[in-house]
Amino acid sequence: MIEIKNVGKSFQGKEVLMDISATFEKGKTNMIIGASGTGKSVLLKTIVGLFSPNKGSVLYDGRDFHASTIREQKIIRGEIGMLFQGSALFDSLTVAENVRFPLNIHSDMSESEKDDKVNFYLKRVGLENAAHKMPSEISGGMQKRVGIARAIVMNSQYLFCDEPNSGLDPQTAWMIDQLIHEITQEYNLTTVIVSHDMNSVMEIGEYIMFMYKGLKIWEGTKDEILDAEPKELKDFLFSNKLVRTFKGI
Amino acid sequence: MRRLGEYILFLKKMFSNREPLTTYVRLFFQECINIGINSLFLVGFVSLFVGAVIALQMAYNIVSPLLPKYIIGLATREMMILEMAPTLSAIVFAGKVGSQIAGGIGTMRITEQIDALEVMGINSASYLVLPKIIAGMAMLPLLAILSAALGIWGGYLATIFGNLSPTEDYIYGIQNTFVSFEVPFAIIKAFVFGFIVTSISAFKGYNVKGGALEVGKASTDAVTASCIAILAADFILADTLLS
Ligand SMILES: Nc1ncnc2c1ncn2[C@@H]1O[C@H](COP(=O)(O)OP(=O)(O)OP(=O)(O)O)[C@@H](O)[C@H]1O
Ligand SMILES: [Mg+2]
Repeated sequence: MIEIKNVGKSFQGKEVLMDISATFEKGKTNMIIGASGTGKSVLLKTIVGLFSPNKGSVLYDGRDFHASTIREQKIIRGEIGMLFQGSALFDSLTVAENVRFPLNIHSDMSESEKDDKVNFYLKRVGLENAAHKMPSEISGGMQKRVGIARAIVMNSQYLFCDEPNSGLDPQTAWMIDQLIHEITQEYNLTTVIVSHDMNSVMEIGEYIMFMYKGLKIWEGTKDEILDAEPKELKDFLFSNKLVRTFKGI
Repeated sequence: MRRLGEYILFLKKMFSNREPLTTYVRLFFQECINIGINSLFLVGFVSLFVGAVIALQMAYNIVSPLLPKYIIGLATREMMILEMAPTLSAIVFAGKVGSQIAGGIGTMRITEQIDALEVMGINSASYLVLPKIIAGMAMLPLLAILSAALGIWGGYLATIFGNLSPTEDYIYGIQNTFVSFEVPFAIIKAFVFGFIVTSISAFKGYNVKGGALEVGKASTDAVTASCIAILAADFILADTLLS
């Protein structure tokens, strides 16, 4: 479980996040949605510690990340996996070496144990045949899957995904969403996904938080979202003309 | 001036909270091979010709019969060891390796690979940059030694093929009044230049913001800034060590 409490973040005096609190539960696919530029990526990067907040705290199962020592942070980081918007695979390493990388850093397994682990997770994301390819030789959807394998190879407890299906065709996007959802349940992860794709929200979102210009405007489940009140959320959901006509708004 | 402060903070970040030393050993050797091979050919080529040209120009300038012919060898040796070998190697090095470092690290920055390292709990500055700096400081002196040797050999070839002087005179010239401190001096220079080029280039790449355009700009900036810093350091070192 991850709790964020009153998190605020500003860059050069410009407030990007304002007093955001939320709880992301274990075994659930939690989603942060909102229009472009509302601070979703900044929030995610603040949670994983790439930015430090100007105020507030982030608790990983009770452990306050930003108040921890560097050594304690490193332990938490060993439990964090993150899938980046552009996959962020190391382009000088092969697919298998990318997945192996966190093991080299954090674990003291033997080489053959690492091999087994890498093969296991590559198989889990359906890429056992691409192990020796370079990231530049595989498609965007495959890169995302390698990114997922790399994110969970450490038996991660927490999985973060920044727009996991941006730039993918609808079918591949659906497949990536399903993969993340299955893995979340299979390994009982606390998963946080940033997205502005309503399809994935309605498919896999179990807890949804809507952001607007640095503020949390609404939270709830996917069953509640269509009847949600805030005007900003309605505008976001029903920006499509067809849907607006259909709903009569 | 603010850039200078940021540069110093960047160097400090690199040394705080490093990974275990064993992590760096393999990376260091990889970088040595990469960096060394990358500039080996061009440094060798440039040095050979510069040495030859120095010899030719000396011969052309010695019109007075009073000046001994061995001056050609002497001058080639002095110019190569004291100035050309370390400085020229460093400038070639900045062009080949510096731009590659800035471009490589800059690309990692904009494609979030550096963020990915940080999320894994790695100090990305030291992981990516430290091996490159140390490899640069190890390899540039070697390149400079090679450059000096090839330059002097280039002068020798020019002497033969251009019929500048008897070869015995050239050989005598390169041995005449040799000050042995000149070699360590050249190596110290190359050592310092190796640090300058790699650290400045890495700094430029590490702080890229934006896209591919900015990465390209960081590469050229890295070469320009490195060259300026090399020449400034060259002046300071000559002033302090040779006086
Ligand atoms: N490192 C930074 N320095 C200064 N400002 C930043 C930085 N990162 C983000 N911002 C600003 O914070 C705001 C929110 O950006 P963010 O990337 O979080 O948006 P987003 O919600 O993820 O949008 P998108 O859906 O397009 O990815 C933007 O106005 C951006 O300019
Ligand atoms: Mg974003």
